[in-house]
This record gives sequence, C-alpha cells and structure tokens, in this order.
Amino acid sequence: MSVKSIISRCDALFEDLDFHCVREWKQAHPGALAIGYMPIYVPRELIHAAGILPVGILGGGDRLEVIHGDAYYQSYICRIPRSTIELAVTGRLDCLDGMLFPSICDVIRNLSGMWQIKFPGKYVRYFDVPQNYESDIGGQYYINELQVLRDDLGRLAGRPIPDADIRASTAAYNENRRVIAGLYQYRAAKPWQVPTAELYLLLRAGLVLPVEEHTRLLGEYLAATDAEPRPVRDNCRVVVTGMFCEQPPLGLIKSIEMAGCYIVDDDFMLVARWLLDEVPLEGDPLQNLSEAFLKRSAESAAKFVARREDKGRFLIDSVRHNRAEGVVFAAPSFCDPALLERPMLQRALNREGIPYTAFKYAENSGQMQPIREQAGTFADSIKLWSE
Amino acid sequence: MNATVLNPRDAQKDASMQLQKDMIARNYDALATAHEMGKKVSSTFVPGNLNELLMCFDLVRNLPEVNSLQSAMRKKTGAYIMEAERSGHSEDVCTYVKSDLGMMAKGNIGPTGKPLPKPDVLVLSYTGCFTFMKWFELVRDQYGCETVMLHVPYQADGRITGNMRNYVVHQLKANVIPTLERVSGVRFDIDRLREYLRESARAEEDLVWVLQSARNRPSPIDAYFGGVYYCGPIFSAFRGSKEASEYYRLLRGEVGERLAGGRGPVTPEGDMAEERFRLVVEGPPNWTSFREFWKMFYDEGAVVVASSYTKVGGVYDFGFRHDPDHPLESLADYCLGCYTNRSLPMRTNMMCTYMDEYQADGFLVNSIKSCNSFAAGELLMLREIEERTGKPAAFIETDLVDPRYFSPANVKNRLESYFQMIAQKRTRAAA
Repeated sequence: MSVKSIISRCDALFEDLDFHCVREWKQAHPGALAIGYMPIYVPRELIHAAGILPVGILGGGDRLEVIHGDAYYQSYICRIPRSTIELAVTGRLDCLDGMLFPSICDVIRNLSGMWQIKFPGKYVRYFDVPQNYESDIGGQYYINELQVLRDDLGRLAGRPIPDADIRASTAAYNENRRVIAGLYQYRAAKPWQVPTAELYLLLRAGLVLPVEEHTRLLGEYLAATDAEPRPVRDNCRVVVTGMFCEQPPLGLIKSIEMAGCYIVDDDFMLVARWLLDEVPLEGDPLQNLSEAFLKRSAESAAKFVARREDKGRFLIDSVRHNRAEGVVFAAPSFCDPALLERPMLQRALNREGIPYTAFKYAENSGQMQPIREQAGTFADSIKLWSE
Repeated sequence: MNATVLNPRDAQKDASMQLQKDMIARNYDALATAHEMGKKVSSTFVPGNLNELLMCFDLVRNLPEVNSLQSAMRKKTGAYIMEAERSGHSEDVCTYVKSDLGMMAKGNIGPTGKPLPKPDVLVLSYTGCFTFMKWFELVRDQYGCETVMLHVPYQADGRITGNMRNYVVHQLKANVIPTLERVSGVRFDIDRLREYLRESARAEEDLVWVLQSARNRPSPIDAYFGGVYYCGPIFSAFRGSKEASEYYRLLRGEVGERLAGGRGPVTPEGDMAEERFRLVVEGPPNWTSFREFWKMFYDEGAVVVASSYTKVGGVYDFGFRHDPDHPLESLADYCLGCYTNRSLPMRTNMMCTYMDEYQADGFLVNSIKSCNSFAAGELLMLREIEERTGKPAAFIETDLVDPRYFSPANVKNRLESYFQMIAQKRTRAAA
C-alpha cells in the first residue's frame, strides 16, 4: 500500500464520528462487545483479553457541532467532555457497551458520574490508578483494581479471563508499542519522512482498530514512507507537549509544521505509549502490568512526581534524546493539569537553557493563523539566535 | 431595600463566631512565631486533612486554602492572583492556587498581616480534587521542602472498598507517619492519636446537631453563610483539639437557645426576621464579596438550610465519626468520605436527601469558576434534583477568591428572579 492510501484510510477513520468501523467489527463478531475509554491510560490488554474491542474516545474534534453538550457544562470547562456527551446523547456511541474513565482530572472523573446517571444500562467504570509508585503499596492497590476490572470484563464477556489470554493480549500490545516506538524513532531521525499530521492519524486509527490490524498498518506505513523519499526542509526540531487529553484540530498540527517546525516528539494518545518497555509475559500478568505502570511509564501532568528534582526530567530527556531545539507548550483552554504543570516545566527548561513557546487551543479552534505566526516566529528565533 | 453593605467591624456576631475568629487568629500567630519557638510547620489541605495525626507530631498547621479565603475576605487576593498571572500562571486555573502563589511572591504575609513561615513539610493528602496535587508540586517547586503524598482513591461506585481503605492505611503507615517522625523529630504515639480522635468525635457530634437544627422552622442557623463559620475549626487546624470541642459545645448551646426562642439565624445585620425561603445550596461560596453575597439572601428572607460546602472537609451527618478504636482506618474513611471525593450520583442523592429532610423550597447551585471538582456535572445534578424533587432549581456563577468573577448585579438579579419563581409556585400550589 502507498502512504497516500494508508493515510487516506486513517483519515476516514478519524473523520468518522459515527464509529462505523466499530459497528462493522461487532457485526463481523456476533455477540462481541466494544468498550470506550478516555485519555490518558487504561490497560487495554485486559479488554482485549476479554474478546472486547477497546475504543478510544477523544471528543468530537472540530468536526462536530455541539448542541446538547453545552447544556451540561459551564463556559469555563474544557471542551472534550461536552463534545463527548454530545457524541453520546446523539446516539453516536450506541455501539459501545461500556465506558472507562481514567484518572486524569476532575472533569473526566466527574464525567464518569454523569455517565452513570445518563446511561444507567451501560457499564461505567472510573479507572483509578495509584499515585503511590511503590510495589507493595500503590502496586498492591493497583493489582486489586486490575482484578476488579478483569472480573467486570469477564462478566460482560460471559466468561472469566484466564491468565493465558491476558498474556496473549499483552504480547499483542507489546508488539504494537514496539512498532509505535520504532515509528517515533524513525520520525525523530527523518522527520521529513513522517509528517506529524500523518503520524497523528496513524495513532488515531489505533484507537478504533483491533490492535493486530493496527500493528500491521503501522508496519506497512513505515515500509511505504521509507520507499518514498520526501524533500528535506530547513525546519527546527521541536517537542510539543500538553495535548494528552483534549485533542488539537488536525489543522493545528499541520500549522506548526507549516510554520517551520519538525515535531520530533509529542504526547498524543499516550495510551499507546504509556508503558515504555515490553511488559514481561512470564509470571502473574496483572503484576506485570502493574510493575510496568509503576516503574516504567510515561510522565504527564496527571501523574505526581515524587521528587522535586525529577520534575520536568521526562520532557528534558525527550528534548535531548530527540535532539530537539525547543518545546511548544500547547494546552487546551481550561485544562487544569496541563496549565498548572506548565510553569514548572518551563522553569525546568529555563534551567537547561531550552527555548519554548506556549499557546492554548480548543478541539474546535478554527483560526490557525495566530498559531502559525507564533510557531513560525519561534522557529525563526531558534534558527537565527540559538547557539 | 438597603443596598449598602456593612463595614465588617459593625457586623453582628454570635459569641461562637467571635471565638472562631479568635481561634483562627491565634493559629496565624502560632504560624508566625513557629520557627523562632523551635516548632516545625506543616502545610496541608482542608478536604482529607490529617489534623489529629499532625498534632501527634507537634506540627503547627498551615492550610493554604484557608489563607486564600481569609485573604479574599480582606480584599487582598485580586493583587495576588494578578501577580501569579504575571509570572506565567494561566488565567484559566484555580484562583486558590494563584492567590497562594501570588501571596508567596509578594512576601508571604498571611491574611492577618503576619508572616507565614516556610513549611517544613507539605502533607499532600489530596481528596476529591486533582488541582491539589499540582498545587503542592508548585509550592514544593518554590520552597524545596519535603513533601509526603497520601493518595486517596475516589468513591466512584458509591462505596468505600477494602482495597481503598487498605491502600490509604498502608500509605499512612509506610510513608506519612515515618516522614512526619523524621521531619518533626517526634516519635509516633498511637494512644495520643486515639485521644485526639476521641476529641474529634465529640466535636463532630455537636457539629451534626447544629447542622441538623436547620430541619426546624424557622431554622436557627444559616447552613451556608453561617455554616462556614461553624465548620471553620473542624475543617482546619483544630479538629481533634480540646479547643474545638469547647467551641462546638458553645455553638450547640447558642443554637439551642435560638431554637428554644424560635429565632432565626444571625446575620451581619442581626437576627433574620422572617424565613421566607428555605434553600439547599451546592458549591463553595464567593469569598471576595462574602457579606454582599449573603445580604442578597437574608434581605429576601432566604435561609440556606443545608449545603454541600459544609461537607467538603468531612461528611458527618450520615453517621461517620472518627473512631479511636480504629485510628488509621478511621482517618482513611474520613478522607475517602469527604464530599468532593464522592461520585456525582452520591452527591446528587445527598442533595435530594437534604431537600427532603430539611423541607427545602428550592435547590441553588453556586458554580465556581475555579473549582472543576465541584463544578463539572453540576448542571446535570441540578436537572436531576429538580426532576426528582419537583422543586425549582437555579444556577449562579461566581468564583472563590477572584474579585473579577463576582458580578453582583447579575447574581442579585438571578436570585431575585428565583425567589419570585419560588413564591409564585407556592402561591399556585396553595390555590
């Protein structure tokens, strides 16, 4: 397949707010269920092991007119919950048999309660994760929570989930993470070959496709893009951060790139990259997932950093590892975690002499010119003034 | 109608209100002199605070939310917030946080005009609000002091599970207590904790009696504007102390006298004359124009008979008491049970219960721009409660401590329309 055809397919999945591919999957698998999840992280391995299709729900983007959703939220609350409610009350999420709301912020947490009230027939779970990262404390708590989820999913699927099935699913997601890590490495090495708008669409496809199919698609893309040399531009290399929950419009990502920036790392769809290493397949599968979460997972604003000196280290490491020349802070309006985190990360960058710029967006932002100008000025300043 | 607002010095107060004010002032004095007296200082939050445990280590307790709201009542927070925004904090985020950071940037002078010390330990027992976690990361970034985290899981399914309780207790044993021992140099004595918890339970008993006195007609208390005075000691640095128990004994006696005399609640302009509307209120109050806001209610004869805000630092009126026989488990259950750590269906049920048990005429949401923990979902809650109780509900928007977000004309206009609507409904029902 060509790059164009792969991206065209991903774009169609991205544009499809009625989740036809989920409905088709369910038709092709009679009796099988689909369960939605919101950012940042849920252990998709357990859903997959139950034979259920995990479906990432990231709001309605700039393609959905929010009519009902605004009646549920005050003007000072971010946009993703209102467009997610809109998707639900307009029947677009009817194909989902349940929803998981991860522990990320007060808004998404309270959305789980709204779902309980609005959709009493559906399975709803707020998926709490530990902020204590010691194996015998946070780990024990987390393993027990994983077991509750496992039992719930087993009941929904009509069969208990054996260890062997979780191991097989873990293997499938290990492979997916490995290929995605390879794609990120490839982009960092040759960003002109993997425009981030394409990478973004590829990752979005992974939120609705079965993991095995997504892994294949990524492999095909890597082969296809490597075979199609593209022009190298004199862009500066940046890491973008803050986009881990409410999604930027695709036009915003394109605008950053058109302004003269190669994005060499980001925090899009962290669910696919949350666990940094391969999860072991031997031993207790829940303990393995727990240890991976506690000891080797990504950092985001939703996570407590126990030591002051480690604050911002993850971002700085990304800048160094990916040879970035600056950081673009792009946070959704009214996103408490991202916006509260930002000054601390900026101070950490200041200490390292890493330049940055910052702006806000909403998932339905329409005016890209100011962002293009800001990103362009930032890129120019790096090109002209950085040592 | 008299639109003037009293000078705070002229406001009428019951003896308990004056005592509460004195207690808080004494705590600020203790904070100001803590280090010169050789004492260690902890900072912690109101919801899920471990006050009895902190007292076991002789720590002087600083509560940043209380600093912010006390500063707001003294009209200081507008400048603090702008200072924080100038230094890069977003206009979108919690103003309690920005007020605290702005106050630090401007010399860290507390609301009473005395300096606040650098904390020796940040006790991050965050309950029901993610912002707390970021807040203490930001404070730690400034001070570089020791931080200990107590993660309290959320009651998403409407109950406390064994796993949640064990997790909290385990953190207390393995992380919180050893850290406090190290910082304070005081060895943990569980019997001392038991004694404080016994004292807490006494105060809680009296507080619940006071809050439930609002079931009477007329209500002898206002459970929102008056309620924040009543909750002050137990939500802050005093729960578990003999001072707090004495305060609640005095308060109970005072409210008992009001009840026996058939008197309404005290307001800054004296006893409320006629009780015309009984309300249940969801959400924190506005602090920057607290008196002006309150006046909009008592001028119309509206009394708040129950509120969610008076449960933010602990929910006691459904039976929970700190239990000296199970000290750590009891602290865990306290933290897990705070209002904003309860799921939206739990909160909705709780408000419906109040509507019924306190014979309320209506349900009012004061939605706070700063506080997503409260605010996200309140509009659905409002509709649910209206539907279930058949009573009219209304919605206003203000902020905690940002004076820019208190629009008195808009709020007053909405409240007056709402009270008219309740009156009309009542007339129609009587016809």
